[in-house]
Amino acid sequence: MPRETTIAYKDDAAPVAFTRAELDWRPWLAPLAEKDLTERHWKGLVDKSRSKSGYFMLLARDPDILGARTRTDKDIFYNPDGGLPRAERELAATAVSRTNGCIFCASVHARFAVTHSKRHADVDRLLDDGVTAPQDARWSAVVSAAASLTQTPSGFTRQSAEALIAAGFQDDEIVDLIYASAFFNWANRLMLSLGEPQAT
Amino acid sequence: MAYDTKDTIDQLAGIAAGSAIDRARRGREAARLGAEEAYRLLLLPENPGDVSLTERHAIALFVAGLHQDAGIITHYRHLLDKSDPTDGALAPAVLKAARTGSINGPYGRYPEGPLTREDKAGPAHEVERDVAVLLGERLTSAFNHAHLLVLRPRESSAAALQKLLDAGWTQTGIVVLSQLVAFLSFQIRAIAGLRALNAAHQTASVAVPAE
Repeated sequence: MPRETTIAYKDDAAPVAFTRAELDWRPWLAPLAEKDLTERHWKGLVDKSRSKSGYFMLLARDPDILGARTRTDKDIFYNPDGGLPRAERELAATAVSRTNGCIFCASVHARFAVTHSKRHADVDRLLDDGVTAPQDARWSAVVSAAASLTQTPSGFTRQSAEALIAAGFQDDEIVDLIYASAFFNWANRLMLSLGEPQAT
Repeated sequence: MAYDTKDTIDQLAGIAAGSAIDRARRGREAARLGAEEAYRLLLLPENPGDVSLTERHAIALFVAGLHQDAGIITHYRHLLDKSDPTDGALAPAVLKAARTGSINGPYGRYPEGPLTREDKAGPAHEVERDVAVLLGERLTSAFNHAHLLVLRPRESSAAALQKLLDAGWTQTGIVVLSQLVAFLSFQIRAIAGLRALNAAHQTASVAVPAE
C-alpha cells in the first residue's frame, strides 16, 4: 500500500490575528467526494448544503458521530426556548475560541455574537485584547466562565457557579453557558487540528 | 433512540433525577441525546472499524488523566480494563503516561505576528520508552497527538497528522481519533461545569433551609 500523505498547499494566506472577517478553511486530509456519499452520509451531514464544506465532508468519514455532533451543536446554539440569550451563547463560543487560539472558530462566532447583540465594539475588544479585556458585568461573567471552563484541568469551580448565581443567572442560563463553553472545546480541536484557516 | 433516565454526564456529574439541573438539561433534550449518542458511538461502537475498542478506551483514559478528574478517570479505567486483551497491564501504563504528560493548558505558539506576544511556551509530549514498548507504535503516536489536541491545540499542524499516517493510522481512523479526543474535551468540561453548579446548589440549600 502506498504511504498516505497529508494534503500540501503551495500558497499560504494564514491569518495571524483574530478577526471578524470571513475566512476560508482548507483540510489537511482528504474530504469525501459528493458522488461517494450514501444515505448514511447525508444523514450525518444533517444539512444538505454542508456537502459543499471541506470541513464537514472530511468529518463525514465517520458520518454517525458527525450527526451526533451536529445535533448537539444545533440544540445548544440555536434552540430559542429559554436559557441563555443567543448572543451570550455565541459570546461564550468566541471566548473559548479566543482562549484555545482557534482563529477560524472565533471569526465565525464573533460575527454571530455581533448579529445577535449589535455590540461590535465589545466583541472586537474580546478578539483584540483577549478574555481579560473589560466588558460590562454580565458579559464579563460569561467570558470569565467560558475561559475558566476551557482551562485544562477545568478552572470552573463551585465558586464560579456561585458567582454566576449571585450575578442573577438562572439555572437554565448557567447550563447553556456550560454547554456552549464545553462544546467549543470540542469544535475548536477539530477545526485547529484537521486543517487551516486562510484569508479570503 | 431511548436511553436510561440518567445518562453518562448525569452519572459522572452526580445530577439527581428531578433536580433543577436535571430539568434545565431536559430543556436541551437534543443536546442531551446527542452527547450520549456521541459517547456510545465513540466509546462503545458496535463496529469499531479503523480504531479498535481497546485503542479507544486507552486514549479515553489518557485524556481523562490529562484532565486530572478522579471520577472520570475511574470510569474510563473501568472501560479499558474490560477491553484490554493483556489482562490489566494497559491501564497502569496509560495512567503513567498521563501523569508524565499532565500540565496546565491551553498553551502553545501562535503563527508569527501580533499574537506572538501571547505565545506560551510548553512541551510536546513524548510517551516514555518503557510505556511506548507496551503501547506499540499506533497507540504511542495517538497519545502524543492527543496531548497536542488537549493541551496545545493551536500548535496543530499537517506534520502532526503525517506522524499518525506514518504510524499506520488511516485517514478515517485519524478523523475518529480526533473526534474522540475533541468529544472528551467537551464531555469532561460539561461534567466539571455541571458538577460545580450542583455543588453550588447543595451549599446554598444547606445555608438557606427550604421553608
